[in-house]
Amino acid sequence: MSRRPYVREVSPTSWYFRMPRYMRYMAREVTSVFIGIYTVILLVGLARLSDGDLAYQGYLAALRQPSSIVFHVLALAFSLYNSFTWFNVAPKALPIQIGEEFMPDSVVAGGHYVVWVALSLFILFWAGVF
Amino acid sequence: MSDNRMEVRQVELEVLRYNPETDQEPKLQKFTVPCVNEWCVLDALNYLKDNLDPTLAYRWSCHMQVCGSCGMMINGEPKLACKAMLRDYPGTIRIEPLAHFPVERDLVTVADDFMAKLKRVKPYLIPGQPRTLEDGEYKQSPEQLKRYRQYAMCINCMLCYAACPEYGLQPKFIGPAAIALAHRYNQDSRDGGRDERQEEIATNEGVWECTFVGACSEVCPKHVDPAAALQQVKVASTVDWYLEHFMSWVKK
Ligand code: SF4
Ligand code: FES
Repeated sequence: MSRRPYVREVSPTSWYFRMPRYMRYMAREVTSVFIGIYTVILLVGLARLSDGDLAYQGYLAALRQPSSIVFHVLALAFSLYNSFTWFNVAPKALPIQIGEEFMPDSVVAGGHYVVWVALSLFILFWAGVF
Repeated sequence: MSDNRMEVRQVELEVLRYNPETDQEPKLQKFTVPCVNEWCVLDALNYLKDNLDPTLAYRWSCHMQVCGSCGMMINGEPKLACKAMLRDYPGTIRIEPLAHFPVERDLVTVADDFMAKLKRVKPYLIPGQPRTLEDGEYKQSPEQLKRYRQYAMCINCMLCYAACPEYGLQPKFIGPAAIALAHRYNQDSRDGGRDERQEEIATNEGVWECTFVGACSEVCPKHVDPAAALQQVKVASTVDWYLEHFMSWVKK
């Protein structure tokens, strides 16, 4: 009797089509790319600001382009999706045991949402939106 | 309400067959098996082996979701064959050996890799202080028990490895169950072996290979939630790193 184990190869480029849960994972990962691009745009804005008023006005004009607005709306939607998915799994990484019982997941996730909203309001206020 | 639990129906099974002595590669073989409605997939396989084809190879032992040996892919999902009920599968049922493991024969996989990884993470109590018989037993409060109990429920069925795409792509990854078990002992008030286990699991082949797909926890038949264990190990290892590099004066 001879052993000849058969190895089934996993495709490195298309494995995520195999199961819906892999697609959900990819959705979470891909949306983070938009957050990355948005961060780069912000950094470019800072650089332009340091280059002087003219450069900064050009940057602002570019932001008002329809393509730029479409991108920002998409980036906002995707970053919301990304944040929601992460906040909802946060209780797994941060279980809090008080006495014998663990705090319910909803409390830990809820705490993340509360801090998120509070920080966002603070930054909007600080930026003079209100 | 009509009771159709004992009704017999003909169930189509597509079973992946592989005979290392004669086959170049595995292929699906069709069987029609008369099954009682309230059987599980394992019952159907047992009937098949007893009455239709005695050469079919697969593992099982307890038939009650404890031994962890009957893991297989059922319609593409990692499942315990003794937990997958036929009534939940109306059509043809495709049965394949657990994904990501080499196929030894038919539905039997080679589990050596997992066994070696289990051993690496030292899944046993390593007392922090030497202790003699005279010192008596360890005492543990319900609170301390609850810190690790969930992770102690693992039956080593390897479904989580079959679900984990990272393990499929990078077989060096120590993987969900082994790391969850390391975490189980790290969380145990009687244990002092965390530093030794960190050498294995707080590494690139350990938790840092995990990208938190979460598939392991979705398929685990014992609600171990290995994904949670891995994230907790990541958080604790990150805290270790900061303490070591920026606050070395703080005693761990
Ligand atoms: S963690 Fe769950 S799925 Fe993984 S081996 Fe243990 S019991 Fe099986
Ligand atoms: S036969 Fe033991 S877990 Fe299924």
